[in-house]
Amino acid sequence: MSSTATAPSAAPAVPPREHYLNVNFGVKSWLLTTDHKRIALLYLATITVMFALGGAFAVAIRLELLTPPGDFVQSETYNKLFTMHGVIMVFFFLIPSVPAVLGNFLLPLMLGAKDLAFPRLNLASWYIFVVGAAFTVWAILTGGLDTGWTFYAPYSTVASNSNVVAAGLGIFITGFSSILTGVNFIVTTHKMRAPGLTWFRLPLFVWAHYATSIIMILGTPVIAVTVLMVAVERIAHLGFFDPRLGGDPILFQHLFWFYSHPAVYIMILPSMGVISELVACFSRKRVFGYSFVAMSSLAIAIIGFFVWGHHMFVSGQSTYAGMVFSFLSYLVAIPSAIKVFNWTATLYKGSVAWDTPMLYAFGFIGLFTIGGLTGLFLAALGLDVHVHDTYFVVAHFHYIMVGGVLMGYLGGLHFWWPKITGRMYNEGLAKLAALIIFVGFNLTFFPQFILGYLGMPRRYHMYPEEFQVLNVMSSAGASILGIGYLIPLLYLTWSMRYGRIAPANPWGARGLEWQVPSPPTTYNFDQVPHVQEEAYDYATARKEPAHV
Amino acid sequence: MSEHAAAAHPRLQHHFDSLEQQKEASVLGMWTFLVTEIMFFGGLFLVYTVYRVMYPDSFAVASRELNIFLGLINTIVLIGSSFTMAMGVHSAALGRKRGTALWLIVTALLGLVFLGVKVGEYQEKFEHHLVPGTHFAPDHIPVEHHRGAEAYFSLYFAMTGLHATHMIIGIPMLLWLAAMAYRGRFSRAYSTPVEMFGLYWHFVDIIWIFLFPLLYLIDPSRHH
Repeated sequence: MSSTATAPSAAPAVPPREHYLNVNFGVKSWLLTTDHKRIALLYLATITVMFALGGAFAVAIRLELLTPPGDFVQSETYNKLFTMHGVIMVFFFLIPSVPAVLGNFLLPLMLGAKDLAFPRLNLASWYIFVVGAAFTVWAILTGGLDTGWTFYAPYSTVASNSNVVAAGLGIFITGFSSILTGVNFIVTTHKMRAPGLTWFRLPLFVWAHYATSIIMILGTPVIAVTVLMVAVERIAHLGFFDPRLGGDPILFQHLFWFYSHPAVYIMILPSMGVISELVACFSRKRVFGYSFVAMSSLAIAIIGFFVWGHHMFVSGQSTYAGMVFSFLSYLVAIPSAIKVFNWTATLYKGSVAWDTPMLYAFGFIGLFTIGGLTGLFLAALGLDVHVHDTYFVVAHFHYIMVGGVLMGYLGGLHFWWPKITGRMYNEGLAKLAALIIFVGFNLTFFPQFILGYLGMPRRYHMYPEEFQVLNVMSSAGASILGIGYLIPLLYLTWSMRYGRIAPANPWGARGLEWQVPSPPTTYNFDQVPHVQEEAYDYATARKEPAHV
Repeated sequence: MSEHAAAAHPRLQHHFDSLEQQKEASVLGMWTFLVTEIMFFGGLFLVYTVYRVMYPDSFAVASRELNIFLGLINTIVLIGSSFTMAMGVHSAALGRKRGTALWLIVTALLGLVFLGVKVGEYQEKFEHHLVPGTHFAPDHIPVEHHRGAEAYFSLYFAMTGLHATHMIIGIPMLLWLAAMAYRGRFSRAYSTPVEMFGLYWHFVDIIWIFLFPLLYLIDPSRHH
């Protein structure tokens, strides 16, 4: 590649190398593309907008909580703020983040395929996502939603005066985008692998996405039909969850968490896949216990379907059910712990480099460990009664969702940015941003563990004065975190035009995606690659020079 | 790229190596999609199970309001349409244009018959005030069964409604496939879309095979 791309000034007569970004131009060439790499960028733009929107609600929440009295917004408005923050972040940022952007871009490249198995379905899934997002944004603009992102019945079906149906419809529609992505990934992994690329030679990123896809196809339809029941109960007064119509509100919680707990793994598993790639590359070692890490993804996907009741310890479900769910919740911690231990063991005697993606990987491992261990507090029946619905829970899941998912997403975005755009970003700024994000994150959410343990409940817009110091810390941390997110937005955007031209393999990484030029051509591979080595074969590899 | 131009079939998409690989992907994709459909209906079947356990007697009483004869007719119509669909798939695999189109059109017609009967049944329920909500007033049902009956009819409309929605989506697709078949789009080498749609249609049929007994045939005292 570099013979043409790196020396355009020396030989102006030679046209620049053709790749997926410059093969054609114009709005139509993007909106009608079936190239998985372009669709990944469409998702990237969409979810970045949604992230900013969800972030704006977080800003309002932290502003309100700066002072003990409810002086910034009324309680009704506050209900809408945290609801819309949750809905946007969960359904329109976290769930699509790694799979729809990095997974879409990388899965065919890692498998040695020209595209996903169903390229048009892939494009359709993006359109479905946009329509769902549009419905939800419309619901927000026309009065908002105040049920909490959990839509608990009978409040959502009977009492709430906000736009439950429109927002629910948005989530229903978006769910199909997730389902179609899952179907596409599963079929692609089964049927599109290059010759020689056996299951146990797959990058762990692929294993993680395969496990995620299983959850997507088994869980998402259930939330879809559940939201549908809420909407039908609101519109047509068919009785599912309203006790007056013969229904049972607890049943809603069962159905909701049957999806929404596994949905946590839809969010975290792909990020775990990213971390496996990063840790191997920047330690120059094969991931310790490859097959255990691969299988732990599947174990999380499967066991994750049987722990939902730990959200309902105080809902009135039977104590015996609570005990079983508590036990199973401890069980699901084992495969997660396997991953953390194996990443750490990979570092041992590795040649560890401190490039930006690796900083995010370190951040992930530490923050996910805290988030995971506090999850065990919450899985304990007795302790959960004490901290249920307090800021302890809020802090716990933000350590997983932001400290875990977002760190993995940003780490992966930086790692593959040269491949995606063909440009390098500013390493110094990137390291600074990673540091700011890490500090800002901990300052925002660690005080919330203490707040929760001291008894501050979630979802209230006012609080007693003794909680103010910790809340001010949290709000201060949030503003630092906000700046931390702004910096990558700026330098990554800048790098797309002005960044240094990236070589095919700037990190000296293993994996098929690094063997094609940056950015790749539309069909990825000129010749079908034949894989003859195991994944992460760093033992025999040297850091390759800038040319391929 | 896959420019083995001479050998490449016009229906072979660029990112597959062979028609065989392409078909395997389609089959796996369709079955995976049907798994999601099972989970989709599964949510309603779960709700049904819970409320039937909660209100066993009310469910039995309420089910008397359904017309078993019409349900049976519809079951036969739908199984018949699965047969004609299978013949359509068979015919497409043999590369027969007219035969395929004809079988698919007959399948669509049977689907319409099913929906017609369903509309009649729904209308009757409306007239008898059996639709849950503000106008729910089931005169023949004893008062102590009203709550359970309301849950029953909520599920009746949701489950048969979702099932009917799948048929309403399927019928235009059948007609489109029939038109494609008539224009000679399918051949011995390539009839995957007809085959995949067949899987969908059989799935919709099987859902009904579960709905019919669960909704119509649950009252043991009704066999005379």
